Amino acid sequence: MNMLEVRHLKVWDQKSHNVIIHNSSFQLKAGQCLAIVGESGSGKSVTCRSLMRLNKPGIQQSGEIVFKGEYLNQLSDKEMRKRRGRNIGMILQNGMRAFDPSSVVGVHCKETLREHFGWSKSEIEEKMTKAMERVLLKHPMELLNKYPYQLSGGMLQRLMIALALVLSPDIIIADEPTTALDTISQFEVVEQLMGLRESTGCSMLFVSHDLGVVQKIADEVLVMRHGEIVESGTTQAVFSEAQHPYTRYLVSTRRELGANFNMMMQEDNMC
Amino acid sequence: MGLYMVKKLILSIPLLFVISFLTFILINLSPMDPAEVVLRAQEVPQITEELIAQTREALGLNKPFLNQYTDWLLACLQLDFGDSYVTGESVWSLIGPAFLNTLKLTLVSSAAIIVLSIVLGVNCALREGTLVDQSIRGMSFLLTALPSYWLASIMIWYFSVKLDLLPTSGMESYASYILPVTVISVGYIGIYFRNVRSSMLNQLNEDYVLYGRASGLSEKKITLHILRNSLQVAVSIFCMSIPIILGSTVVIENVFAWPGLGRLSVKSILSRDFPIIQAYVLILAVAFVLFNTVSDIINAALNPKLRKEF
Amino acid sequence: MRIVHNLSKDKLASLSLIIAVAIILVGICAPVFAPHDPNEVNMKLRYAGPSWEYLLGNDHLGRSVLSRLIYGIRPSMLWVLVALGISVGIGSVAGFIAGYFKGKADTVIMRLCDVMLSFPGYVMTLAVVGILGAGLTNIMIAFVVMKWAWFARVIRTSVMQYSEMDYVKFAQACGISHFKIITKHIIPVTLSDIAVIASGSMCSMILQISGLSFLGLGIQAPNAEWGMMLNEARGVMFTRPELMLAPGLAIVIVVSAFNFLADGLQVALDPQLRTSSKKLRTNEVEKSTYEYAGG
Repeated sequence: MNMLEVRHLKVWDQKSHNVIIHNSSFQLKAGQCLAIVGESGSGKSVTCRSLMRLNKPGIQQSGEIVFKGEYLNQLSDKEMRKRRGRNIGMILQNGMRAFDPSSVVGVHCKETLREHFGWSKSEIEEKMTKAMERVLLKHPMELLNKYPYQLSGGMLQRLMIALALVLSPDIIIADEPTTALDTISQFEVVEQLMGLRESTGCSMLFVSHDLGVVQKIADEVLVMRHGEIVESGTTQAVFSEAQHPYTRYLVSTRRELGANFNMMMQEDNMC
Repeated sequence: MGLYMVKKLILSIPLLFVISFLTFILINLSPMDPAEVVLRAQEVPQITEELIAQTREALGLNKPFLNQYTDWLLACLQLDFGDSYVTGESVWSLIGPAFLNTLKLTLVSSAAIIVLSIVLGVNCALREGTLVDQSIRGMSFLLTALPSYWLASIMIWYFSVKLDLLPTSGMESYASYILPVTVISVGYIGIYFRNVRSSMLNQLNEDYVLYGRASGLSEKKITLHILRNSLQVAVSIFCMSIPIILGSTVVIENVFAWPGLGRLSVKSILSRDFPIIQAYVLILAVAFVLFNTVSDIINAALNPKLRKEF
Repeated sequence: MRIVHNLSKDKLASLSLIIAVAIILVGICAPVFAPHDPNEVNMKLRYAGPSWEYLLGNDHLGRSVLSRLIYGIRPSMLWVLVALGISVGIGSVAGFIAGYFKGKADTVIMRLCDVMLSFPGYVMTLAVVGILGAGLTNIMIAFVVMKWAWFARVIRTSVMQYSEMDYVKFAQACGISHFKIITKHIIPVTLSDIAVIASGSMCSMILQISGLSFLGLGIQAPNAEWGMMLNEARGVMFTRPELMLAPGLAIVIVVSAFNFLADGLQVALDPQLRTSSKKLRTNEVEKSTYEYAGG
């Protein structure tokens, strides 16, 4: 069963008439992880934003986005808002900038949970504490009362994952969640993302240009270039017998760079 | 936070010293001997060498330079700025009330500027690119290009003379505030509303807005967050604007015959009443430095990150 | 050249540039354009309305308003330009020294700027005029004294930025003399930044000088100056308000032209600003906090 189906997605800039995404169609199956890879500017992030209808003003989109049989592109803004977070969650690249710098990080969690579930303060605290412990964040209550700049990028990333754990959406869109992190934090965050998938059974759309991570986490892969999908298939197929020359190029260049990461991952698997 | 405040205030002390020193030597830059100026101002019929020498002695101008400065500074700290050359009254008795009047005008204007800039700025940012936004921005360009005294004259002509609605001058009633405050505010609103608007727009592109939306928060909540962050810029600018307005009400005060610092200073300049000019410069420069320090402190209170860097 | 090309795409900015240049030219060649002697008194024509001979009518002494307006360009704009040029000159030298050599020179110059900038602009101008006496020259002196520090600070920042660039470091490593590096590599790139701030502060200076003349602290009668003309018109404001119109509009047009020009230049320098306008906005914020002190 398809959790999400995208048909003929086209995104363009209203002012300059630049087409950012030409004609994308893909499916995300229930419980699966689909990775979108490609270099920066290839339209990965824009695809993610389009799914949630969160493109910047002036950017237009057309095409069908079907989520559990429901046409998201036809929903009213209010209905769409209810889906965001609750049904489709997002994890951003830069934790430092994903939280309001002038509020403590707990404010965002509280506001989000209250919006969707209408829980009381103590309920929210209880659920958040539990989730934060799951992602190995120590002293949860203390952390929630800190400003973003007082925490590290990895911690903020895990906090986003913790929030997603509580919300338990059907789809998680992770937009380059590991790019801004050092190798150790990358490893931890990937572990937690996989844990999140296991415990909530959600589908995941994983955007990255780090093929090492993708190989580890994804079931299927889409390769994007200049706003077009040039290749798609199961992870194994794409990595071993890529059809498109661009994919082969990507795989060969990234293999060396990702070697360290893979080694770490493999060691971990052996243990 | 307390430590930060103390640090900031201490840092401004050397600057205040330099300012006072510069203000003091200002008088010595005059091509005329102050003693001669005093005698002329008092309309002494015959100015003799002897008389000048006497006056120099009386004014303490024969003492060593640094002694003169320290004497003057100590007196200033006790609000004793000397006596007017022209009327012989103490400078403080003239400048004190005038300062209060100007301060009133400034504070009322700043309040108007703050409220209107935020209202306009926020609304334009939320409607970026629409007709409303563009026309308000176009207007703002025009308004900053208006010479304030010209606008003032036109408003007096229209509202006071033609319609006979508002008083032309003085500060007898609350109604006398309306015209001067409007004229002062108009130009600043043109600038500050643009600042509020652009800092709002900067915030709109931040990731936390995207994450907020992606988490399903309502636009109202997100706008509150944006406002909170963009107000930091606004607040610091407004704090800076108070001393700037304080120093630039000169023309308006003269047009509206507002009994404030601006009118007093122009009168003193025309009659070469040095002690008043000196006190005027000193008071405004000190106010400028203090307000800037305060705005730094307010900024730090609003932005926790800034505090940490110190 | 790229700047000129970009600017020519911005219609409003090019129009502003044309207006500014045209007015400056008319001001320089005032005797050619002015139909009458601006100081010629003709009591028969007091308050005469517009006629073919006197296109904009006559003032309280029967002088030609149009001629006075044209001669008024000189103090209102040309002398302001001169003052601006001098302050930019001093500010650039100080800014270049501070920004390029850094270290002690930088500290000393910047502390000096801090002190100068801690006096509110208008107040300092009044102080200088108060001590030296009313008159155009003294206002010019006050402007230069006040503005150089502002320019020095801005130019220092941009010089620092550019001298960190790799090609400058490369030139230094090659042993090319400081003088040559500054003239060859740094001045050309900072020129554009200087143009932006200069055209921006032109506005506030024009407004201020006309304001001071309006108060009678600037140019002395019978010379023509726009603020002065407004001051004279103010005396008969209630009976003949139309006399306020021409000089007032002249100021509005000139100041708007420089306003739009400054804005256009900023975008022309860096077309990216149009879309990702972060830098533009911070600049705008910094600029306006100090610059605006409406005349």
